[in-house]
Amino acid sequence: MATVQFSGIVKKFGDNVVLNGVDVEIKDHEFVVIVGPSGCGKTTLLRMLAGLEEISGGEIRIDGLRVNELHPSKREIAMVFQDYALYPHMTVEENMSFALRLRKTPKAEIDARVDEAASILQLKSFLRRMPKQLSGGQRQRVAIGRAIVRKPKVFLFDEPLSNLDAKLREEMRVEIAKLYQRLNATILYVTHDQVEAMTLAGRIVIMNKGIVQQVGSPIEVYRKPANLFVAGFIGSPTMNFMHGTLRLEGEHLRFASGDIKLTIPPYLLHDPRKHDGREVTVGVRPDDVLVGRTAEGCSDKVDGVLEVCELLGHRENLYIKVGEQRLLATVEAFFDRSPGSAVTVCFNYKNMHVFDKATEARISE
Amino acid sequence: MHRIKRFFSALRGDASAVLRDPIQRRKFFKYLLIHLVVVTAALVCIYPLLRIFSVSLRPGDKLFSTDLSLIPDNATFVAYASLLKDTMFLRWLWNSLLITLATSFIGVSLASTAAYAFSRFKFPGKKAGLILLLSSQMIPAGMLILPLFLMIMKLKLMNTYLGMIIAYSVSSLPFSIWILKGYYDTIPRSLEEAALVDGTSQVGAFWRIILPLSTPALSIAFLFNFTTAWNEYLVARVVLFSSKQYTWTLGLFELQGQYITQWGMFAAGSMLVTIPVLAVFLYSSKWLISGLTLGSVKG
Repeated sequence: MATVQFSGIVKKFGDNVVLNGVDVEIKDHEFVVIVGPSGCGKTTLLRMLAGLEEISGGEIRIDGLRVNELHPSKREIAMVFQDYALYPHMTVEENMSFALRLRKTPKAEIDARVDEAASILQLKSFLRRMPKQLSGGQRQRVAIGRAIVRKPKVFLFDEPLSNLDAKLREEMRVEIAKLYQRLNATILYVTHDQVEAMTLAGRIVIMNKGIVQQVGSPIEVYRKPANLFVAGFIGSPTMNFMHGTLRLEGEHLRFASGDIKLTIPPYLLHDPRKHDGREVTVGVRPDDVLVGRTAEGCSDKVDGVLEVCELLGHRENLYIKVGEQRLLATVEAFFDRSPGSAVTVCFNYKNMHVFDKATEARISE
Repeated sequence: MHRIKRFFSALRGDASAVLRDPIQRRKFFKYLLIHLVVVTAALVCIYPLLRIFSVSLRPGDKLFSTDLSLIPDNATFVAYASLLKDTMFLRWLWNSLLITLATSFIGVSLASTAAYAFSRFKFPGKKAGLILLLSSQMIPAGMLILPLFLMIMKLKLMNTYLGMIIAYSVSSLPFSIWILKGYYDTIPRSLEEAALVDGTSQVGAFWRIILPLSTPALSIAFLFNFTTAWNEYLVARVVLFSSKQYTWTLGLFELQGQYITQWGMFAAGSMLVTIPVLAVFLYSSKWLISGLTLGSVKG
């Protein structure tokens, strides 16, 4: 297993800058998930590590060794492609043993490794089949098996589950988590699905427009998003944002956004004087919007009107309008009010986030 | 064919039921029409061949008979025997086979690698090159005779196999390159990338992944090269001048004398030269299977 370092990685396609100074370090045995919206450069970064894309600037090191100019075949990495990329003219067994045969590994060892991978991935009864005779999930297992038998330094996964249906995706997600526990390998995993990122990652790298927005453990990026983008991207349903101004009233900071007026406690923003007159965005996750009740550490009450209720089973999404502002609250089912009725809302201060409106960076604790 | 079979089996069961249902009836007449056209076309194609076969079996005194029967009275293989015994026909056949096979292998090898470059790499002049290749196909073969003649003469390859092979293999390159490039374009790039990551070089990925997957297109290119070179007459007429070096196309015309043409032998020769082409077609048909890349990537 190995470490991976990206330092100042730049990628340009003509005048189009896809990656702009990416610095990420991946430790030995670490499962790192790169997540971001389409076109954020996450797959490009992975392909550069694999050697399938040229590097326009910066340096990539695997185990301390600079690999910028190294041919993909010499990097000792294995990659699972989004579209599986199984060799259609080879059986499952031949697909899995291809890399080993290229390296002229002894036949007995090839057989042993293929057999081991096949039993881990429950592929033993499919070894003689051709890829076209397999289902989508089985093909993905073969693609993973092809990577496992190599015993590479680093595993790369390029959105491996995005072509599977929802149920299969969930199953495979668990499989990959189990596989990681078993292999204890260095894994770099790219996805646009934040659920995959949250559930699989040891650390998450969140990217947008070719720039790393935040690197941290799933709980860190969820609880303390570094900026507005991360706050909006991580977490489902999406965080509520209220744009307004902070004013100092006496000793306390007051936030005003239309009909919503809140006192900002000093443990959220230190040194209230510094923030007087600042334009900010306050973010609250739907779980922290309390409807019709109060709790410890709750904000001032705000009156609103219930617009729509969405029953999800054990939870219910409430769409509430406060003046011009729309808020989403997630409450336990069943919320016994009909749309159109008046509700009071308050926010859980403990999980409130304040971002500067101009820089979009987090300013609250 | 299975559709028409289905209709016929339906007909046997309850013909009137099929013909009463308007949708079934329309389908039935549609397939009937299609099969009528196909069968007529096949008959038109095969008729001359049957006539030649019939002529080749006629005894010498009945060559100009207007008898239409396939096997003539007193049918004989004399024409075949004397063609093989009294002329250099076997030598011509061998020359043709040698030149054609060499042409086909060289042509397909060059085309497969050139097409790979056109399909996968970016380089200056790629688009212009492709258009140039295509436009070279618009020039009538006759116009190329003089430049080919000059080139082969300058290379001192007149009246040689090599001269013929060079002339033939380059002339079918553009077509083969286009066919193969079009096919390579349909093979997902991720297959090669997977091979690269698995440890092959670019050439290795081409050899181990792309080529095995391209057999349908490769066999079409091979067939095209083979039939073009096998049947070629004009270039051979210009390049070859000793009858020992002749290909069968020139050789058969040798039989056409100023005063007398040996039609029996001519017909026998024509029948014999179709055998290699038929064999190649039948053999390569097993490679002409679709769906080779099925299952590699998510469709």
